[in-house]
Amino acid sequence: MTALLEVEDLKVAYGKIEAVKGISFTVEAGQIVTLIGTNGAGKTTTLRTLSGLLKPSSGRVLFDGKPITGVPAHKIVSLGLAHSPEGRHIFPRLTITENLQLGAFLRSDKAGIEKDIQRAYDLFPILGERRKQAAGTLSGGEQQMLAMGRALMCQPKLLMLDEPSMGLSPIMMQKIMSTIAELKATGMTILLVEQNAQAALSLADQGHVMEVGSIVLSGTGQDLIHDESVRKAYLGED
Amino acid sequence: MNTLPQQLANGLFLGSMYGLIAIGYTMVYGIVQLINFAHGEIFMTGGFGALTVYLYVLPDGTTMWVALPAMLIGGGIVSVLIAVGAERFAYRPLRGAPRLAPLITAIGLSLALQQAVFNWYPDAKTDINFPQLPFGPWHLGSVSISSGSVFVIVAAPLCMAALALFVNLSRTGRAMQATAQDPDTAQLMGIDTNRIIVIAFAIGGFFAAVAAVAYGLRYGSVKYDMGFQMGLKAFTAAVLGGIGNIYGAMIGGLVLGLAETMATSYIDGIPGMQQLGGGGWASVWAFVLLILVLLFRPQGLVGERVADRA
Repeated sequence: MTALLEVEDLKVAYGKIEAVKGISFTVEAGQIVTLIGTNGAGKTTTLRTLSGLLKPSSGRVLFDGKPITGVPAHKIVSLGLAHSPEGRHIFPRLTITENLQLGAFLRSDKAGIEKDIQRAYDLFPILGERRKQAAGTLSGGEQQMLAMGRALMCQPKLLMLDEPSMGLSPIMMQKIMSTIAELKATGMTILLVEQNAQAALSLADQGHVMEVGSIVLSGTGQDLIHDESVRKAYLGED
Repeated sequence: MNTLPQQLANGLFLGSMYGLIAIGYTMVYGIVQLINFAHGEIFMTGGFGALTVYLYVLPDGTTMWVALPAMLIGGGIVSVLIAVGAERFAYRPLRGAPRLAPLITAIGLSLALQQAVFNWYPDAKTDINFPQLPFGPWHLGSVSISSGSVFVIVAAPLCMAALALFVNLSRTGRAMQATAQDPDTAQLMGIDTNRIIVIAFAIGGFFAAVAAVAYGLRYGSVKYDMGFQMGLKAFTAAVLGGIGNIYGAMIGGLVLGLAETMATSYIDGIPGMQQLGGGGWASVWAFVLLILVLLFRPQGLVGERVADRA
């Protein structure tokens, strides 16, 4: 079986500074794969490159068997790769419904879009209650829900979530994490970038630890959670 | 004789023209945060495009009922091509460069377009007569309205209404709003933001051409440097209304046009300010108004706070 996403020796540079120094990993359909690591490890750069917002300096990315390096971002979405960016980036002056509709920008099946908007409201009832409200007026957690709901609107084969728990209260974070588990249960494939290593690894089938642009350790979520160096560096234990 | 109704009509005319041009500044700024200082020249070339259609394309003696639409289309095509060409070849390569680079490019492009028309357009060293509509002026009480004024007072609201419908109701309009609010994320939705940017330049160019035809009809001539003053004023109108906001551009244009007309007509009636009236002071009062608005309402009359970008 071939992987849904294959990343081979990916390098990304900002000018002369190399932020991602040749990483390789795969995501199998139906899996949750997580990239963990500290600020500046290159996790967000990796996701932004996969979705086409940044161009890699070298390396190869195959999505669903097709090479997508050098393909513009708006075309990569149409292949079924959705990206919920770090910092949520909802459209603040548009309503919640309009944000969700934009997630389905490339779709033309009106009835299907309506049904999926309803599904987003079922997944996150608070969004349904506030559907006419400008998205900029939502709380951080609600904006995160909207960003996830919006990313799902393109019916992705792979959902990339960048720091979905960032800046959220513990309760809200739990809600987001349990939603990710629910999505996995429906068969969604997810590439999850998190600083909250504990939460991410406990959900993940596969995990990769990034440090200054390289993957330094890989394993199943359970392996990594019990790995001593990971516990020391990322799970806050002495 | 009471001159107020006449001055209000003049102000409305001038303001509608400012507003039409201001749309081009504000849409481009709203989407790529670039002040396209060549937009005044895009306006000017629209006037020359329309003139060319009349002088060199249409047979002599074509009735204005046929000529005017043809001139609008011709002027529109010229302005849109120049606006889109400027985006593609001058501004797009500089996207991501420091802000000063595209700004200087815009100023250079503005000078280049002026000089190109000055040197290469036949007889363009001075004013060239612009064809006139064969009717009017009409008299409504003490107000005299020329056919040129009627044109812009009809055309400007039509253009604005069409734009508002387009931005709010069409799929491309929604994509424009998304691109203006967050260009990277717009791409993640599948929006081709380069296409959206081209559309913004094209709409701005077309509106500028409409304004240029209005200018020609109203003042009777066009000139290679007509874009400088008008462009500066329209930019002022865009800032006055709140740059980036299309309604702001139109309102800013009207406020500026009315304020300018009122100030030049009536300020010299105020004791002690006899020296400060008349047409020569028009720009002074326009910029005084701009400074006052920016002091007390820096986001412009209908501009939005920029705080909600997370």
